[in-house]
Amino acid sequence: MINYFKLIALGLITFFALIAANYARDLAYMVHALLISGVSFGLFIWVLRGMGTVKVHAQDEYMDDVIRYGVIATAFWGVVGFLAGVFIAFQLAFPVLNFEWAQGYANFGRLRPLHTSAVIFAFGGNALIATSFYVVQRTSAARLWGGNLGWFVFWGYQLFIVLAATGYLLGGTQSKEYAEPEWYVDIWLTVVWVAYLAVFLGTVIKRKEPHIYVANWFFLAFIVTVAMLHLVNNLTVPVSIFGSKSVIVWSGVQDAMVQWWYGHNAVGFFLTAGFLGMMYYFIPKQAERPVFSYKLSIIHFWAIIFLYIWAGPHHLHYTALPDWASTLGMVFSIVLWMPSWGGMINGLMTLSGAWDKLRTDPVIRMMVISVGFYGMSTFEGPMMSIRAVNSLSHYTDWTIGHVHSGALGWNGMITFGALYYLVPVLWKRERLYSLQLVSWHFWLATIGIVLYAASMWVTGIMEGLMWREVDANGFLVNSFADTVAAKKPMNIVRGLGGVMFLSGAVIMCYNLWMTVRKAPAKEASLSVAVPAE
Amino acid sequence: MSKPSKKFDSDPNTTGHVWDGIEEFDNPMPRWWLWVFYVTIIWGIGYVIAYPAWPGINGATKGLLGWSSRANVAAEIQSAEDKLAPINAKLEAAELTQITTDPELGPYAVSAGGAVFKTWCAQCHGSGAAGAIGYPNLLDNDWLWGGDIENIYATVKHGIRNEEDDDARYSEMPAFGDDYLEDDQIDAVVNYVMSLSGEAKDASVVAAGAEVFADECSSCHMEDGTGDRAQGAPNLADAIWLYGGDYDSIKETVTYSRYGVMPSWGNRLTEAQVRAVSAYVHQLGGGE
Repeated sequence: MINYFKLIALGLITFFALIAANYARDLAYMVHALLISGVSFGLFIWVLRGMGTVKVHAQDEYMDDVIRYGVIATAFWGVVGFLAGVFIAFQLAFPVLNFEWAQGYANFGRLRPLHTSAVIFAFGGNALIATSFYVVQRTSAARLWGGNLGWFVFWGYQLFIVLAATGYLLGGTQSKEYAEPEWYVDIWLTVVWVAYLAVFLGTVIKRKEPHIYVANWFFLAFIVTVAMLHLVNNLTVPVSIFGSKSVIVWSGVQDAMVQWWYGHNAVGFFLTAGFLGMMYYFIPKQAERPVFSYKLSIIHFWAIIFLYIWAGPHHLHYTALPDWASTLGMVFSIVLWMPSWGGMINGLMTLSGAWDKLRTDPVIRMMVISVGFYGMSTFEGPMMSIRAVNSLSHYTDWTIGHVHSGALGWNGMITFGALYYLVPVLWKRERLYSLQLVSWHFWLATIGIVLYAASMWVTGIMEGLMWREVDANGFLVNSFADTVAAKKPMNIVRGLGGVMFLSGAVIMCYNLWMTVRKAPAKEASLSVAVPAE
Repeated sequence: MSKPSKKFDSDPNTTGHVWDGIEEFDNPMPRWWLWVFYVTIIWGIGYVIAYPAWPGINGATKGLLGWSSRANVAAEIQSAEDKLAPINAKLEAAELTQITTDPELGPYAVSAGGAVFKTWCAQCHGSGAAGAIGYPNLLDNDWLWGGDIENIYATVKHGIRNEEDDDARYSEMPAFGDDYLEDDQIDAVVNYVMSLSGEAKDASVVAAGAEVFADECSSCHMEDGTGDRAQGAPNLADAIWLYGGDYDSIKETVTYSRYGVMPSWGNRLTEAQVRAVSAYVHQLGGGE
C-alpha cells in the first residue's frame, strides 16, 4: 500500500521539478530542478519494479549495509575534498591555474567553498553518520530504528552534497561561510536531518543496555545542535519560487553574529562534539582498554555543551559588533579550554596500560596523533580568541592553519582510524590488507599536516605584521599586494603539504579496497545484537 | 553478560557498565585539569567585571577599566592627526611646485603619499605603480593629461570621466565601428596607427589609413599622431599602449572606443592626502 503513495509522490515530484526547470530564473536552479526530477524519476522506476516483493530483515541483526555505504562515501568524498583543497592551494600560489576558459565555474572563489563543504560536510558528515549508526547500534545492542529510514538519511545526505557542490560551481550560494547552500537545499537538508535525529534517537530509546554510552551523548548533542544552528542561520526568504536567490531575515551586524554563532558551533558541534563521539568508541575499542574516567567524561561533556554555544563572537573582534559581545565571546572561549582538553585526556589516558601498542599498531598511532592535534587546536583556538592575539591573527593565514590542524589533524586522522577499524569488521575480514601501508599513510599525513600548519603560521604572522607595519609618521609601509607576493613560498609549501595528505588518503583507499578483496575472511559474524550486560 | 575485568592489578575500579566490550574506569578527574578549569572560570569572572560584558536594557556594563575598542581607535587616530596637523597644514598651504623640493615637506609628502597610494591607488595602478591593461603606468614619461605636479594633482583631485565631480577630466573617443567607418577603413587606419610607432606595414594600406586618420583622428591625436594632453588624447607614436598595441586591441579601440574612469579623490581624501599622493606619483620617475 505504502508503495502506491511513494509512486504518487515521486511522480508528482518528477512532474513539478520539470515545471520548475522550465520556469527557472537561473542556471543553478535549472540544473538542480533537472537533477531532482531525474533522481525522483529513477526512484519511481525503482519502486515500480520492486512492487510486490517483500524484504524481511532479521530484527536481531544490526543494520550494517548502510554503514558499509557510509564508509565508501566517506573515503570517496574525502579524496574529492582533499583534491579540491590541493588544487585551490596551488591556485593561490600560481594564479594562472584560474583558467580563463573556466572563469565563473572553476576559479578560486567558486572552488573554495566546494573544498570546505566537501571536506566538512561530505567527508566529515558521512563519517559522522556512518560511525554514529555503527556506534549507536553496538552500544545500544539494538538494530537501527525506523527500518529503511537509515537508507533515506544516507542517500538524502548524498543528494544534499551534490546539490550543494554543483550549486557553488554554478553560482547558487548564500555567501555564508559553511552555510552556502541556497534555500531549497537547506529545506532538503532539514528533512534529512530530522530523519537522522529520528533514527538515532529511536535506536537509543529502544536500546537493550541500561545506560547510554558517552559516545552517544556526543553524537546526540551534535545532531540536535546542528539542527538548531541550521534552522536559525538559514531563515531566508526566496526572491522567487523558481530561482535560487534568497534574502536572509537578519541584517547588518546581527546577521554577522548569527552567521558566526552558526559558524563557530559548526566547528564546536559538528567537528568537535560529533568527532568526540567517534573518539569515545574507537579509541577504547582499538586499544582494548576501558575509558580513563567516567567522571571526566560527564563533566567535560556538559561543560563543552554549555560553553561552546557562546563562543561565536570571537570571530568578530574589532568589527561593528559591540564590545560587550566580543568580551563574552572571548571569555567563554578561554573557559572552554579545559573542557575541550577533557576529551583529549580521556582519549590519551585510555591508552595507559596499552602504550606498547603505539609501536605495533599504526591505527592506534593515527588515533593518538589525532587526539594530539585536537589538544593543540583546542589550545590554539582559545589563544586566538584573545583580543590582543586576534588583532594580529585575524584575516591572516594563521586562521587557515588553525582550521587545518584541526580538520586534517583531528577530524581527518580520527576518521582514518575509524575507517581502518570499521572495514575489517564490516566486511568480516581477519585484519587489514597491509599495516605497512597504514604506516605510510600515517607518516605522509602527519608530515603533510606539519608542513601545512607550520607554513600557515609563518605566513600568517608575517602577513599580520606586514599589515600593521607603519613608518615613523604612522604611514603604512606595505600594500596588500606586497603581502601577497611575500607569501608565495609558503603557499607552495602549503600545497606540497596538501599533496602529501592527499597521497596518504589515496593509499588508504587502496588499502581498504584490498582489505575487502584480499584479506582473509573471518568466520564468526559480529552482526547479531547481543547486549554486553 | 561479560564481567568487568582488570588487566593490571594497578587498574582502578570500573563503573560496572559495559557497552560492546567497552568499560569505564572510575578514575577521578585529574587535579591539574580541574584546577586550571577553576582558574579560567575565576579569571573569566574577573575579566567580565573589568571589561564591558553584560547587556542590559539601556546598554551594556562598561567594565571597571572603562575600556572601549571604539574610543581607543578614535583616540589613536586623533593623536596621529594631532601630531601631523602642523605639517599637514604646511603641506596644504604650500605652492604645489615647491613641495617636492622643500627639505621638510618633500620627504614627508613622499612617505605620506606612498601610504595613500598603497591604500587607494594600488588596486588599479599596481602597488609598484606600473599599471596594467587599461590602467596607466605611472612610472614612465608618457602622460595622458600631463605629468607636471599641477596636472597630476588635478587628475587625482577630480578624477577622470566620473559623474561625481563636475571638474573631472573628460573626453570621449567615438566608437568608429558604429556604422561610421567601413570595415576596410578601420583596417587601414589600424595599420596606419601601428606604422606610426615603427611597425612595418603594407604601404598602400598605410596610405589609405593615413587618409582616414587625417579626416577622423587627427583633430584629437594630432596630424603626426603624437596626441594632445589638453584633450587627454594619447600619443600613438611612442609604442606605449594603454589597452594593447597589437592589431586586435587597436581595432577594438577604434571600433568600440574605450572609456577609462578614475574616481574623484578630492571627494574621498583630505587635501593634504591628495597633495601628498600627487607628490609621490610625481617623483616616481616620469614627473615633469
